[in-house]
Amino acid sequence: MSASALIRSSAAVMAAKLASGEITSVELVQAHLDRIAEVDGGERGIHAFLHVNAEEALAVAADVDARRAASEELHELAGVPIAIKDLIVTKGQPTTAASKILEGWMSPYDATVIKKIRAARMPMLGKTNLDEFAMGSSTEHSAYGITRNPWDLDRIPGGSGGGSAAAVAAFEAPLALGTDTGGSIRQPGAVTGTVGVKPTYGAVSRYGAIAMASSLDQIGPVSRTVLDAALLQEVIGGHDPLDSTSLTDPSTGLADAARLGNVAGMKIGVVKELHGEGFQAGVENRFNESLDLLREAGAEIVEVSCPNFKYALGAYYLIMPSEASSNLAKFDGVRFGNRTLPTDAPLTIERVMAATRAAGFGDEVKRRIILGTYALSAGYYDAYYGSAQRVRTLVQRDFEAAFAQVDVLISPTTPTTAFKLGEKIDDPLSMYLLDIATIPANLAGIPGLTLPGGLADEDGLPVGIQLLAPAREDARVYRVGAVLESLLETKWGGPILDQAPALASTADEATAKIAAEEAN
Amino acid sequence: MSNETILSFEEALEKYDPVLGFEVHVELNTKTKMFSSAPNVFGDEPNSNVNEVCLGLPGVLPVVNKKAVESSILIGLALNCKIAPHSTFARKQYFYPDTPKNFQTSQYDDPICYDGWIDIELEDGTVFHVEIERAHMEEDAGKLTHMGGATGRIQGADYSLVDYNRSGVPLVEIVTKTIEGAGSRAPELAKAYVAAIREIVKNLGVSDAKMERGNVRCDANVSLRPYGQEKFGTRTETKNVNSLRAVENAVKFEIQRHAAVLDSGVLITQETRHWHEDTKSTTSGRPKSDADDYRYFPEPDLVPIVTSAAWVEELRATLPEPPAERRKRLQADWGYTDMEFRDVVNAGLMDEIEETVTAGATAAAARKWWMGEIARRAKLADVDPAALGVSPAVVVEIEKLIASGAINDKLARKVLDGVLEGEGTPTEVVAKRGLAVVSDDGALQSAIDEALAAQPDVAEKIRGGKVQAVGAIVGGVMKVTRGQADAARVRELILKTLGVEG
Amino acid sequence: MAAINRDDVAHLAQLAHIEMSDEELESMATELAVIVDAVKSVSEAAGADVPATSHPIPLTNVMREDVVGHVLTVEEALSGAPDAADGRFKVPAILEES
Ligand SMILES: [Mg+2]
Ligand SMILES: [Zn+2]
Repeated sequence: MSASALIRSSAAVMAAKLASGEITSVELVQAHLDRIAEVDGGERGIHAFLHVNAEEALAVAADVDARRAASEELHELAGVPIAIKDLIVTKGQPTTAASKILEGWMSPYDATVIKKIRAARMPMLGKTNLDEFAMGSSTEHSAYGITRNPWDLDRIPGGSGGGSAAAVAAFEAPLALGTDTGGSIRQPGAVTGTVGVKPTYGAVSRYGAIAMASSLDQIGPVSRTVLDAALLQEVIGGHDPLDSTSLTDPSTGLADAARLGNVAGMKIGVVKELHGEGFQAGVENRFNESLDLLREAGAEIVEVSCPNFKYALGAYYLIMPSEASSNLAKFDGVRFGNRTLPTDAPLTIERVMAATRAAGFGDEVKRRIILGTYALSAGYYDAYYGSAQRVRTLVQRDFEAAFAQVDVLISPTTPTTAFKLGEKIDDPLSMYLLDIATIPANLAGIPGLTLPGGLADEDGLPVGIQLLAPAREDARVYRVGAVLESLLETKWGGPILDQAPALASTADEATAKIAAEEAN
Repeated sequence: MSNETILSFEEALEKYDPVLGFEVHVELNTKTKMFSSAPNVFGDEPNSNVNEVCLGLPGVLPVVNKKAVESSILIGLALNCKIAPHSTFARKQYFYPDTPKNFQTSQYDDPICYDGWIDIELEDGTVFHVEIERAHMEEDAGKLTHMGGATGRIQGADYSLVDYNRSGVPLVEIVTKTIEGAGSRAPELAKAYVAAIREIVKNLGVSDAKMERGNVRCDANVSLRPYGQEKFGTRTETKNVNSLRAVENAVKFEIQRHAAVLDSGVLITQETRHWHEDTKSTTSGRPKSDADDYRYFPEPDLVPIVTSAAWVEELRATLPEPPAERRKRLQADWGYTDMEFRDVVNAGLMDEIEETVTAGATAAAARKWWMGEIARRAKLADVDPAALGVSPAVVVEIEKLIASGAINDKLARKVLDGVLEGEGTPTEVVAKRGLAVVSDDGALQSAIDEALAAQPDVAEKIRGGKVQAVGAIVGGVMKVTRGQADAARVRELILKTLGVEG
Repeated sequence: MAAINRDDVAHLAQLAHIEMSDEELESMATELAVIVDAVKSVSEAAGADVPATSHPIPLTNVMREDVVGHVLTVEEALSGAPDAADGRFKVPAILEES
């Protein structure tokens, strides 16, 4: 198998080839490092990676190959490489959260999911780009430059986890870790034609994920197939005594659910409020196609209503900045990160902190901190944060009522396909609207999966289909997702990414740029 | 010196009625911190007892220490509080370099303990009923050392150094309701209240309760109002007062200062104050810009604590006898007068005397040794009597040796020397130093004959009926025997030798 | 709900310890006013009888035993610090020179 064909395989196929000895992990890792070198750098490169961890990845790969040669029993995904969203702390690689305030910071500890990745002996290819502190829906708010959508280099890869989604879509990595607070795994998945899952809140430990909104944040898998996502969630999930909100449920049965292969007799609910008005026609068309396929496969499609979802976006934009304003208070230039001194006297700690935060945070981060500070401040708490937490209860009740009637819910993942870079950067509100369909799952803590639903008629760009299940029923989204994926791929004659344009090499340009920098 | 004008305490009390309130922070002596498994140890090398959680590094999460929760419930029960069936944590937000996350994880709406009371007995027996508003769990901050500048104080410092070893140490903050009616006893009450809290948490075993180490710290709220006025005056909060005497003095000073300010027609500024031991005065605290708005909200990284009745009762069953009740019982058992008992309490020797009595000494003997010879030596050595190195068992053994006539009081002190010099148990010291009373009548008789021969005129006086002169001969015999004779027996033998009835 | 103005933002920026220029305060006030307006329906959505949800999946009594776990070395603890001295984190003066 050629290296270019190899990197287009699913993680499950890569794992099988490693197990059979057809390929080595070193070959597999090197093929991905070569791909990164080929397409990630330069002016028109994807720029999915903020840091490439070549040396360690190859060392881990060599170790896996040696162990396999010695017939040691290894994890199913041992030797399969993975990319890590740079919001998750890693020993030995810088962690920046795409913020200047953390430039060059090396964590002295590993996130729990990283410990699990290491235990499974999955080589880490590097750290992927994101909106600063995961605040954004386009990865344009990174302090280290934008990431491009492999489907159209002038479009956003979604956000905040645009780096992880683009890396997987551009075959720079078969798997990646993302974090999802309001849709940051699912929305980039939708606009890049990849798969992404936000697990049930607490199913995957948050320890070591730099917090944005603690009650909403969740780490989850990013991949090209539903089965791959299931395999990865089984690696990273499970109880963690270091996270008080971690569930004790084992993270098993997900891959089995993805392999089950039938939806006959299942009831699937279409959320009235999450499609139709405000959704792009091409998105709506692909969504209806998926409904038809599921119906043909024996599922019963019914419409359900979640009337309180109209408040979900508002509640989210109160809870998220409130918690974020508190979580980001620790970035003050005292214990870690960069310190900036004020340009004038006096040089008191208060002023140094304020100057540090002014220089270290980007506009969107500041906007959310100020909004959150406002929502929590004396006299406003009840009207804002308190009300938003009550809306959260209403959204949960809507889901409860819906899941009393159906097994899973379905909707488009995003109202539109990828928009052009720069198009909404100055319009925070319209940017926030992109998360309209993904936010309810975060408010309620339930699992949500996005998978590619085809290409929109008007622009030929990927459309995402979202599946939602009750809390702790993550297996259901994998079961239905895998069936829909196979029905769609049969229809398309292969994975949707086969239809993505080939990426031109930017390697020469990137090399030249590095040489120029070194010359300076 | 303070540049504040103050009124005399008497004049202040003549004009104004003081209202008090206390927030006492108690550091728990758990093995680990409130929200992380890093060790809770005092006095180690800076930043050596921290992990990523105590430093508030990016990505960390807290996990509640169960022992700290149980200790908090015990404190609540000892203070007659209700234990909340459902209690939550909250974030209190303010930026300060000793606070790693720039918020303190504390409790706000639902403290674990609330609505309690404690009766405080002043030295003359007057009892004040103090109501407890709440006792909640939270975490301590790191320690700042101010460098540069003349005083080591925050004022005029060039920079500060931060040690986060204390960051995250479990705290229980005990908050009183407002205390009215203390009048001129206010400073005394303040001291007695803090002493009582310290005694309770020490007795519970949940805190080392050393004020000099900051294990127990008091924020004292003081306000004044004209007599007869119902509305409270504006209060000040004097922060982190860390000795009993300082609590008393700080309350007294604030009453005097407030009175002077009010007298001059100026309003009291609601603010925090700092107590200065050197000048015995308070100064205005640093103006804290966030002070008006802590933006509390429920801690999303922690889940509620639910206390079942069974759990609370299980803890209640482990409560030791309350200190005040114990004191009453011990005084009655020992038969000490009020004054004797108060002296024992003030000397901090109640525990030692109790152990000594339990080990077999009489209450009188235990008091005699601990309050006498041991206390005297401790004072000379500038240590606590309990730390001198005399165990209750030593006292019991010495007392037995005296009772059996093997040694006398004078020898006993030499035995104590030997014990303190590490020569072994009292019995071993007696043997090693040859300190036993000379009880061989033959040996004594020759010493007596020698003494009588040396003072024939005295011997004559005694024969003539002046029995009280026998003391001089006894002294001579004691001198010859280097004190190792039983004086009573010597007297008996002298009189017998001279043929005189005693 | 009051509209959010420049002075409000200045106060919030002070609470949040973020230095802001006059232009930043102005533009932030404008943006926040729009956002606050967009989310204000939330305050009327749920009645007081609806309980607040702080945690999406309700758990209680998650506690750990009082057993010492891992500790960073002093070097590791200080490794990310912008400034340190004498085994401790070094910070500028807390009070203004007076
Ligand atoms: Mg307080
Ligand atoms: Zn406190």
